[in-house]
Amino acid sequence: MSTAELNTPSLDRGLLRFATAGSVDDGKSTLIGRLMFDTKTIFEDQLEAIEQSSRSRGHEQVNLALLTDGLKAEREQGITIDVAYRYFSTPRRKFIIADTPGHVQYTRNMVTGASTAQLTIILVDARKGIVEQTRRHSYIASLLRIPHIAVCVNKMDLVGYDAQVFHEIADAYRELAAGLGIREVTLIPISALHGDNVVAPSGQMPWYGGPSLLEHLETVDVGEDALAAPARFPVQYVIRPQSEAWPDYRGFAGQVAGGTFTPGQPVVVLPSGLRTTIRTVDLFGDSLPFAQGGQSVTLTLADDLDVSRGDMIVPVDTPPAVTRELDAMVCWLGEKPLQVGGKYAIRHTTRETRGIVNAVVHKVNIETLTPVAGDAAVGMNDIARITLKTMTPLFVDPYAENRATGSFLIIDEATHLTVGAGMIVQRS
Amino acid sequence: MRLQEYQKQTDVHRDAVHLARLEAESIAILREVAAQFERPVLLFSGGKDSIVMARLAEKAFWPARIPFPLLHIDTGHNFEETLTYRDELAARLRCRLIVRTVQESIDKGRCVEEKGPNASRNALQTVTLLDALEEFRFDAAFGGARRDEEKARAKERIFSFRDEFGQWDPKNQRPELWSLYNGRRNPGESFRVFPLSNWTEMDIWQYIARENIPIPSLYFSHRRRVFQRGGTWLAECPYLTPLPHETVEERVVRFRTIGDMTCTGAVESTASDIHQIIGEVAAARNTERGTRADDKRSEAAMEERKRAGYF
Ligand SMILES: Nc1nc2c(ncn2[C@@H]2O[C@H](COP(=O)(O)OP(=O)(O)O)[C@@H](O)[C@H]2O)c(=O)[nH]1
Repeated sequence: MSTAELNTPSLDRGLLRFATAGSVDDGKSTLIGRLMFDTKTIFEDQLEAIEQSSRSRGHEQVNLALLTDGLKAEREQGITIDVAYRYFSTPRRKFIIADTPGHVQYTRNMVTGASTAQLTIILVDARKGIVEQTRRHSYIASLLRIPHIAVCVNKMDLVGYDAQVFHEIADAYRELAAGLGIREVTLIPISALHGDNVVAPSGQMPWYGGPSLLEHLETVDVGEDALAAPARFPVQYVIRPQSEAWPDYRGFAGQVAGGTFTPGQPVVVLPSGLRTTIRTVDLFGDSLPFAQGGQSVTLTLADDLDVSRGDMIVPVDTPPAVTRELDAMVCWLGEKPLQVGGKYAIRHTTRETRGIVNAVVHKVNIETLTPVAGDAAVGMNDIARITLKTMTPLFVDPYAENRATGSFLIIDEATHLTVGAGMIVQRS
Repeated sequence: MRLQEYQKQTDVHRDAVHLARLEAESIAILREVAAQFERPVLLFSGGKDSIVMARLAEKAFWPARIPFPLLHIDTGHNFEETLTYRDELAARLRCRLIVRTVQESIDKGRCVEEKGPNASRNALQTVTLLDALEEFRFDAAFGGARRDEEKARAKERIFSFRDEFGQWDPKNQRPELWSLYNGRRNPGESFRVFPLSNWTEMDIWQYIARENIPIPSLYFSHRRRVFQRGGTWLAECPYLTPLPHETVEERVVRFRTIGDMTCTGAVESTASDIHQIIGEVAAARNTERGTRADDKRSEAAMEERKRAGYF
């Protein structure tokens, strides 16, 4: 990285959240173990513990995959069945991994892990090439709008580190990505087991001129999205100290959901439609010159307006859609199937309302990735396009433009379980 | 990695940025709980994680006071410094401090003291904690746990659902998507909420340095009478009897975590300020939990305690 680049302030330089996906046995656990081992995130006591486990299971060498194993029951079953989070860092960046399993039935876990990811690693076994799971994971990555995809063609050692094998898979993948509208793909030939191109460049594949996986993770540019979007401030909590020191302070606390807010900026408060300007952007005694996407701050306004949790402060010239009709893609997470005509609680930004499912527009055939009209049976792990009507208006943007104001949860009103993850397709 | 090397390699800007992002996320979680729950409480142990959590809460609601009380579950085996620190902090924040003791639970017959040289009150805390949550009908309790601490924590949600018995069921956790948290519940059900889920030990130390937060002197190098047990240095104290082969000697040590004196191990160290600690943590070859005797008991020890309702 050049010095000029290092000096460019970017909100997201310091932290990268990524998800991992692959079919069972493609080497995902080995890869994560390798990343953590080679970046010295594994400590001696942890290594000792996995050495012990490896021995007691009769493995000859230390099985790095055991490092990412989670809960007891799952350890006993020998599988990972949920999203687990891992952490490692290098001098350049801190990384948060959402580790999701590759099983067919766990689309919901991948969607969960993908929802906060800025990048996803998709593993492909060099001997098998692109398989149905690769397509499904790539589809979910595109549906969830993960900005970057890194395809690791793993087990290159088992195909003699052959350039031809890699290039054929790479070409096929680019075609798949283009079909799904994926903008940014990086393909890397690796061997997770031996560490080729994971952290250090591989001596075995001189024909590959690109970065190692870690180098890519360290340098990939993330952060433009949240800043380019129109400014959105869902009010989370109203701060009124009513103390001697602060008798009249009324601040609106929240996390900026896109764009930038500055003192003096003209804004409108939704749903009331009242206009005012931002007086200050506060954080713990500091008055900030601005607040950007992702920052948690407290805004004070020039006029004494009635603003409460669930309201949204937005710029006068680029407001979101104010609507009770939602057209959205959903991934169904609940065990009980989606009910057309059913009433659910809807949580969108800091707002909660109720909604009725009007119709299933189509269901996505997860094998062919094509829409199937006329199939309204949406069960766990299914993906469908639906329309909803809400009791009170929501302030929405298409998910493609803003992940924070374009996403919502569908909650079962009786069990309170989160049963669906929604992504708004367009303003309707 | 040696200290100088670490400092050289560390892009100062990066630290500021990643800490700011972690801070923003934690503040959002604290506010979300204050908005979605009727009676939240912050579990304060006096350790560095809960100290950071208290600072984040202070920031989240500034200039108003933190809108929930602090709860300390006192095993009765705390270092004096911890208790002093706790009382001063609560006074400065003008926060209500509730203390419930394991001794009380033992006296009431709610639990029985462990026997033997490795007896610890760590497991008994669960009973006292659950009783306290019930007594005050708290519906959300903030804990300072981090996912990087232990394998069983890696899958923990930020909003962790607990049934009416305070129990954690890894199979019955709600999926957590984007930054949307579903805290809906039936009467009697509650949540444990972990605002520091995505922080690592290093992040905690760097944040303490960045924010200039005072911490108990136990974290810095000092002379102390200790003895070795199970690969860690335990402090000589009224609650531990060294076995015949264990010799008490004076060493220069500091603590990486602070908890019950009977199972919190010290490490030999000369780190006497926060920057030296950060250098040591960067060079460390053992996890901080490696110094806690109670977690070493079994590979799945933590998980079993979590199921029972421990943090
Ligand atoms: N030869 C070779 N074997 C690998 C490689 N990566 C993983 N494996 C092996 O593939 C098997 C499955 O790996 P694992 O990491 O458990 O896969 P997961 O199910 O995707 O987590 C294990 O036996 C690994 O040792 C690789 O790069 N080369």
